[in-house]
Amino acid sequence: MLLWIVMAVLTAAASLTVLIPLGRAPRVQTVASGGAARSIYRDQLDELARDRERGLIGDAEAEAARIEISRRLLNSEAGATTSSGTGSAYRIERLVAVIAVPLVAIGLYLFVGSPQLADVPIASRATEPAAEGSVDDLIAKVETHLAANPEDGRGWEILSPIYMRLGRFDDAVRALGNAKRLLGSTAERESLYGEALTRASGDVVTDEARAAFEKALKFDPQDIRSRFYLAYSLAQSGKKDEAISAWNALIDSAPTDAPWLGAARAELAKLQPTTTVPAEATVTPAAPGPTQADIAAAAEQTPAERQAMIEGMVGGLAARLDAEPADPQGWERLLRAYMVLGRTDEANAALARARTALKERPDLLTVVETAARDIGIGKD
Amino acid sequence: MIVELGHYALVLALALALAGGTLPLWGALRNDTRLMAVASTTAVAQFILVALSFAALTYAYVVSDFSVLNVVQNSHSLKPMIYKISGVWGNHEGSMLLWVLILVLFGALVALFSANLPLRLKALVLSVQAWIGAAFLIFILISSNPFLRLHPVPFEGRDLNPLLQDVGLAIHPPLLYLGYVGCSISFAFAIAALIDGRIDAAWARWVRPWTLAAWGFLTLGIAMGSYWAYYELGWGGWWFWDPVENASFMPWLSATALLHSAIVMEKREALKIWTILLAILTFSLSLLGTFLVRSGVLTSVHAFATDPTRGIFILIILCIFIGGAFSLFAARAGTLSQGGLFAPISREGALVLNNLLLTAACATVLVGTLYPLALEALTGEKISVGAPFFDMTFGPMMVPLLIAVPFGPFLAWKRGDIVAAGQRLLFAFGAAMAVMILGLALMGTPAALALFGVALSVWLMVGSISEIAFRVKLGRASLAESWRRGAGLPRSAWGTAVAHFGVGVTVLGVVGATAWNSEEIATLKPGEAMSIGAYSVTMDGFVPLSASNYTGTAVRFTVREGGNVVATMEPEKRLYTVPNTPTTEAAIKTFGFSQLYVSLGDIGTDGATVVRIYWKTLVTLIWIGALIMTAGGALSLSDRRLRVGAPKPARRAVPVPAE
Repeated sequence: MLLWIVMAVLTAAASLTVLIPLGRAPRVQTVASGGAARSIYRDQLDELARDRERGLIGDAEAEAARIEISRRLLNSEAGATTSSGTGSAYRIERLVAVIAVPLVAIGLYLFVGSPQLADVPIASRATEPAAEGSVDDLIAKVETHLAANPEDGRGWEILSPIYMRLGRFDDAVRALGNAKRLLGSTAERESLYGEALTRASGDVVTDEARAAFEKALKFDPQDIRSRFYLAYSLAQSGKKDEAISAWNALIDSAPTDAPWLGAARAELAKLQPTTTVPAEATVTPAAPGPTQADIAAAAEQTPAERQAMIEGMVGGLAARLDAEPADPQGWERLLRAYMVLGRTDEANAALARARTALKERPDLLTVVETAARDIGIGKD
Repeated sequence: MIVELGHYALVLALALALAGGTLPLWGALRNDTRLMAVASTTAVAQFILVALSFAALTYAYVVSDFSVLNVVQNSHSLKPMIYKISGVWGNHEGSMLLWVLILVLFGALVALFSANLPLRLKALVLSVQAWIGAAFLIFILISSNPFLRLHPVPFEGRDLNPLLQDVGLAIHPPLLYLGYVGCSISFAFAIAALIDGRIDAAWARWVRPWTLAAWGFLTLGIAMGSYWAYYELGWGGWWFWDPVENASFMPWLSATALLHSAIVMEKREALKIWTILLAILTFSLSLLGTFLVRSGVLTSVHAFATDPTRGIFILIILCIFIGGAFSLFAARAGTLSQGGLFAPISREGALVLNNLLLTAACATVLVGTLYPLALEALTGEKISVGAPFFDMTFGPMMVPLLIAVPFGPFLAWKRGDIVAAGQRLLFAFGAAMAVMILGLALMGTPAALALFGVALSVWLMVGSISEIAFRVKLGRASLAESWRRGAGLPRSAWGTAVAHFGVGVTVLGVVGATAWNSEEIATLKPGEAMSIGAYSVTMDGFVPLSASNYTGTAVRFTVREGGNVVATMEPEKRLYTVPNTPTTEAAIKTFGFSQLYVSLGDIGTDGATVVRIYWKTLVTLIWIGALIMTAGGALSLSDRRLRVGAPKPARRAVPVPAE
């Protein structure tokens, strides 16, 4: 409704821009060119006199110019007579303003516009449920449970990694603190706690976080996460050489397939360029390790980024199903997820993949096909 | 609601443009002042409405409203804010909206700041502007509407071409459009004069500043685009005679000619018909540029739109406006009064020579740009007219023009003395010769052509200084007297000298970067080095990169000169994650006016990296020169005194008619 009111106001204002000049005689001195030209020639003569005084042109030139301009001045015609009708004379023109302008505008707008659609800024979409049984619902359930049973250490421990993934680091710190208090300190809990503290403070390893990491190392001197963040904190406090040796020690002790190895190498390379080629240089997308930017991005996660994270989870599910296809429930979740995300093509492609992969298992494929029909794909 | 309101404002602007195109024109023909006065109010209202519309689209980009198709296609919620905003005009639909926004802005400026313009001329000018605006608004609404909505709403946008994710993009198109569209004002004045059947002092007084401003923006826009291509595309070239570049260069050449002939118009009331023709030509070339770039006739980084209906639509607009303008010109030009007279050797004569050479050069570029297109359309044969054609045709035409430039300001109006002008330029000639001879002695005859170019640029630079030196009586009067005279010189005289000096600087840059450019390509592994000129470049290793919308790899190089480290450079290869597109970012280091340019090729799994290094002698002067030219234009523009070209009094010669 508001839209139509504002549109009406705009239209009325537009009509007025035509009506007002029609309703009053214009305050103009010069209508036709003659008068304007004469005043310009007079100004030119003044300018010429000033130039002469300042010595910019010689006497002879000034005189020649003066004669020339005067000749033009004499030749310039008198202004043509103009008319201006009385206020009531402009019937057709007023009709144009009052009827034609709004008619053209509204008519064309109804043809091209979509007045029924509201704005959908991305920020307003945080409240939209992303999927059935979404992360938000699960969290809400666990949080309700913990509010009733605050001494349930396991509950806090389950909740903390979810907070971390959602970028709610302060909540993660609280959850991990509770878990530690209720279930006892371990290397794992201390290092996770330190990580949460670090991320909560915008990727700065604070003293408190460092204490947690050091405590974790007392329980388990090989704890990777603590060593990773301590090396990271060395670089952060400007101890470049120590940081380099810490990273090198960490990398040397790592198994070759350690998932964090890429991130560690990347951190090391920031301190000293490597001679080995990073994966990104030669191939297309590299597995995203927790690079500094990722950490930074997570720290200020917006709903949009949360959305991106959900899409990442969907991608993970798809990859897992390609490797282990004998999971009809998994396929159903994947298809549903694609449809919720509005990616019909990918849903169809996934269904096709399921059909190929489950050729040998018609019993499982039937389950998938039924689910697909429910969701509304693969009808053809 | 905001998006739909923006959409409605655009439609309303069209309705008002139609009213503003019709009523004042009717009023001017009937000599009715009230109807003529409608032109101003509707021009201002059109600007407000289009600005509202543009603001609404910008809002949709800023808040990532993916219910707008245009935002989905060209944005992404993770994109940095500045590129969200520049994304508004980084695509076909948005850029056309920007085009119209600038058009109506200029219309509003004419409406608001032209108290001394005759009402009738003003009404005619604004109604021509309104018709141009209406044509483009219809085009936008029918075939390139940025406000089309989507339902259901997608979750993410499809990002922007990573090549275009650059500060250059944020600035280059608006500048160029200010230039292109600025030409529409001169065009509107020309059409108004033809409809009115008269052209006088007020006309010239108004056309020249608009042309000057449009020319300044065009100069900046082209220079910016050239620098952007230089550092972003990774080929190390700064001008490719690419049809899209030519599309912006042709209006520039013709605007340069118009600028000079408008001086004659304003000061001497000569060359009236020719000036009108140039004004029409300049805007026609701007429209042609818009057509070539927007229609998808040309494929290049600029062709966001490859939709044939749009091309046909712009072609129709082009035909109506250009065809209409030239028919009107043919019908009415004869009725315009003839202007002042002058002898062939005079300031006017020099400006005519300038105009002839510039338009001939412009025609050459036009042929070189359109011939391959016409040939392909007629015979299906694909040919490419590249740098060799332009070097052989455009280059030789520029040489006499550039040689003539310093003479112009020394010649008197109406009748000049070429011998006296030559004597005053002896110093500049001597300086150019000295550079040439010194260069030949040092470098030998193979460098003769390049040295000629250098001598030409010295001639231009010293020649433009000589003019000021002569006018302030440098060396012939006391320093204090010269200072006083210098301060008393009109700013337009300083503007001429500065702009001509800038031309010399650009020529020097072009000659340097063309003749003394060196290029090395090698495959390096970490630790290995290559040398170029006086520098040795060592590859240190790889540095991984990541940002919110790309990951990538930088390669760190250490540059040494005589064993001392003078710079480290890090060219990059990026992989933009959302459209999954790889790009290459060159690293550029400036030494004096020259630049070292490092760009990466393929990186092998064993670390062997293809490295291209260019040494570009004096290359920055190309763009510095363009900046100086623009500064000259701005100086001249700031001088709002009336221009009087005092003729040299006749002794015996009888002047010939101008046209």
